[in-house]
Amino acid sequence: MSTRIRESRGQEMALTAAVTIVIVLLSLLPMLRLIKEIVAPGGTLSTVAIEAGLRSPATWIATWHTLVVGIGGTLLAVLSGTLVAVLVSLTDIRGRSALVLCYVMPLMIAPQVTALAWLQLFGPASPFLKLFGAAPPLGTKNPLYSTSGIILLLGVQYGPLVFLLVRAGLRKLPRELVEAARAGGAGRFTVLVTIVLPLMTPSIMAAAALAFVSCVGNFGIPAFLGIPANYLVLPTLIYQKLAGGGPAVLGETAFLSVLIGVIAMAGILAQELMSRRRDYRISSTSLPAEPYELGRWRPVVQAGMWLLIVLVLFLPLFGLVLTSLVPGYGIALTAKTATLDNYRFVLFEHDAANRAFFNSFWLSIAAAFFAVVVAVPVGYLIAWGRQRWVRLLNLAVELPYALPGVVLAIASLLLFLRPIPLTGIQLYNTVWIILYAYFARFLVLALRPTISGYHQIDRALEEAAQVAGAGLFTRMRTIIFPLVAPAAIAGGLLIFMTALSELTVSALLWSSGSETIGVVMFSFEQGGDSNYAAAMSVITVAVTFVLMLVTNLLAPYLPSGVLPWRD
Amino acid sequence: MARLSLDHVTKSFANFDAVKDVSIDVADGEFLAVLGPSGCGKTTLLRLVAGFEKVTSGAIRIGSDVVSSSVGSVAPEKRRVGIVFQNYALWPHMTVAENIGYSLKVAKLDKTVARQKVEDALALVNLQGLGQRRPANLSGGQRQRVALARCLVAAPSLVLFDEPLANLDVHLRASMEDEFAAFHKRTGTTIVYITHDQAEAMALADRIAVMDHGRVAQLATPRELYHEPANEMVASFISQGILLPADVLTGEDGGHCKVRALGTELVVRCRPGERPRAGAKICCRSADLDVSPHGPGFDGLVKRVIYQGGAARIEFTPAAGPDLTLHFEQPDPVTLESGAQARLRIRSGWLIPVGTAS
Repeated sequence: MSTRIRESRGQEMALTAAVTIVIVLLSLLPMLRLIKEIVAPGGTLSTVAIEAGLRSPATWIATWHTLVVGIGGTLLAVLSGTLVAVLVSLTDIRGRSALVLCYVMPLMIAPQVTALAWLQLFGPASPFLKLFGAAPPLGTKNPLYSTSGIILLLGVQYGPLVFLLVRAGLRKLPRELVEAARAGGAGRFTVLVTIVLPLMTPSIMAAAALAFVSCVGNFGIPAFLGIPANYLVLPTLIYQKLAGGGPAVLGETAFLSVLIGVIAMAGILAQELMSRRRDYRISSTSLPAEPYELGRWRPVVQAGMWLLIVLVLFLPLFGLVLTSLVPGYGIALTAKTATLDNYRFVLFEHDAANRAFFNSFWLSIAAAFFAVVVAVPVGYLIAWGRQRWVRLLNLAVELPYALPGVVLAIASLLLFLRPIPLTGIQLYNTVWIILYAYFARFLVLALRPTISGYHQIDRALEEAAQVAGAGLFTRMRTIIFPLVAPAAIAGGLLIFMTALSELTVSALLWSSGSETIGVVMFSFEQGGDSNYAAAMSVITVAVTFVLMLVTNLLAPYLPSGVLPWRD
Repeated sequence: MARLSLDHVTKSFANFDAVKDVSIDVADGEFLAVLGPSGCGKTTLLRLVAGFEKVTSGAIRIGSDVVSSSVGSVAPEKRRVGIVFQNYALWPHMTVAENIGYSLKVAKLDKTVARQKVEDALALVNLQGLGQRRPANLSGGQRQRVALARCLVAAPSLVLFDEPLANLDVHLRASMEDEFAAFHKRTGTTIVYITHDQAEAMALADRIAVMDHGRVAQLATPRELYHEPANEMVASFISQGILLPADVLTGEDGGHCKVRALGTELVVRCRPGERPRAGAKICCRSADLDVSPHGPGFDGLVKRVIYQGGAARIEFTPAAGPDLTLHFEQPDPVTLESGAQARLRIRSGWLIPVGTAS
């Protein structure tokens, strides 16, 4: 009998072991390697690296800048995101799904594309302003090359993030709480200020923390807007140091990346502390509150909302398209000058751009595929597993995505600078190191929807297969995977969209021959070839749009909240 | 077909015992119902037998094999038990035929043989021709039958039912009850049937195990449970038995003894060997009570009269026991009114045996 018992546990043990190994390799190993570089550079405990980092004035300036744009961007994102969430969720505004789709869209566009689009809108070469003859004279500084420019774009990029979390919170607000206050004599505005917003504190705080981590770790926006103005934040400082110094300065950049990690963590801790001060738990569940009737203000509010969306989405994208059609810098766009040459150039003529499209596509497909395949067993152990410690795996998987991408990139560099022991395989300076970093960073994007998929499935479905005689692997293949597949695949599509124009990680890990779309776009822009960069951006945005439409087909089979742009 | 035996089975979760020292023997081909209020441990008992939970102590045998003990546990997929789940647990991504044939596919049975078995199973539950449907396109009763067919097809040694009728409406319940009974008769499978519905358990089972707070309060035939409850819990749980304090006046003689309850003397049934004692309890059913305006009996107050069509349920407080409430039915014409005085007679009862009170 004992052999039968051992046999039946075998598959579960094998699965747990495999999942643990994958997560250790992808999450814990790079983080430990990074910490080792700080506390024990060269293998012995010392504070040399930390002291050197702290002595450098550049560190302090970049830290200050990081905090300024981080806090500024967070404030702007929280204000705009919360306002839009309140308007969309609590009032009888019309066209809600379209509004949500358009407002959340910037989240699906890579930050450097957002940056490029806005730059094209306001610069002296702006084809858009030239349409009205309103462009400033050539040589004028673009107003976005500034602290406030960076803060503005960070706010635009991450406002939707705040919106999504606050909206989810508002949806859970029981209507009795609002109605009790109304019955107690409070007007609508008083209810909003004294009941609704206070109860939303945990959502708003969590959203603020997430926005802060995203702002602090953002590379694309400060790279496009800050580097030309010599306004460096920590991620761009790391990039510049590595670009100039190569592997020799890895120790120094390791310190800086840990510093970003610490700042990001501090943001999350601050949110934890603030949220614990009072009891915000909502115990009852019920229908959401009746929407506030805007009455004669409705057209005004609706017009305001659409104006906002035109400003943050349509106008920048329009500017981007115009730029991609202009034959060269500063030339006005007319029916005569409009050309598709930029597209032909990046798609067919420029070698690096060609390679970049190829690399980014297969890297994204591989990362998405890997994440879907791994997320199903990992999600199984986390959602349905019996061992408590397995849930720690969840935290470990979150880490590479929760921390700024620069942290993971530096950790990967440190890990693979030398050939892998025993095998002698060299990942450094190849495309494989980028693939490794993508695997580590994006796994959680497929894991989260998969876990919520598991929570929606009745466990009896698996138990029924078990009593029918199916072992764990058979159940995985024939019952579990088909049931959670829509959620996992939707996660995979999200990964593909995110990875396709990813810049933060690949900017630090690329080498000649392993360029990604983001990297080539960045180098075009740095070299002054905005038209090529714009053409590449338009292509990636178009691909993203099409994929969003495709993903929508899965929507009926998904837990709510998996597709951010679906209301 | 196989015997199931539970031998001093205990299952403890963090700080409470869900199942405490339970010993049950289910004979080959027997239909056993496990009955109890919610939270009594009956579902945990089923999950222990199926192998989804591991025993803390004790042992479970199916046939002659020990499948669960404190040493280890045979995995559910190796136990050859069938389960009909409360919510059916049909796989939504498979057709009805695929659902039913799943265990055959897992066992790598030859395809044509498997197809024939699926057809037979469908015919057995009167679902011929529905094999290509999806579970979503079936009615509640049809889903229940698919679940039944799915568990039959593998010819399990033991079938477990987990409150299979809880999600069906009243009419469907009656017809499914008939089907379960017919199914048991036809296949002769050993069945363990979990339910909180007494009527269901009484109608179907050979024997019923009444559970209370993780223990088996009584394991007996339906008739015995009703007429000879082993303790106060079973007496009051089954058909709302009425418990009355009583003093036993005479020893057992021919299965009866004389007791004094509510100030009157009466003869009740009892176990062999009962001796005179004070502080005993008797159990009587509402059918044992009737109005006797002029004969022997006890007086009291009619508290409430609830007319139920054809008869009224009367709630009555005896003068000798103002804390007690007796209830019984008076058929039309209903003569009692609330607030009126009346005289009742207890025709018969059962003396709760000593020492087995829960």
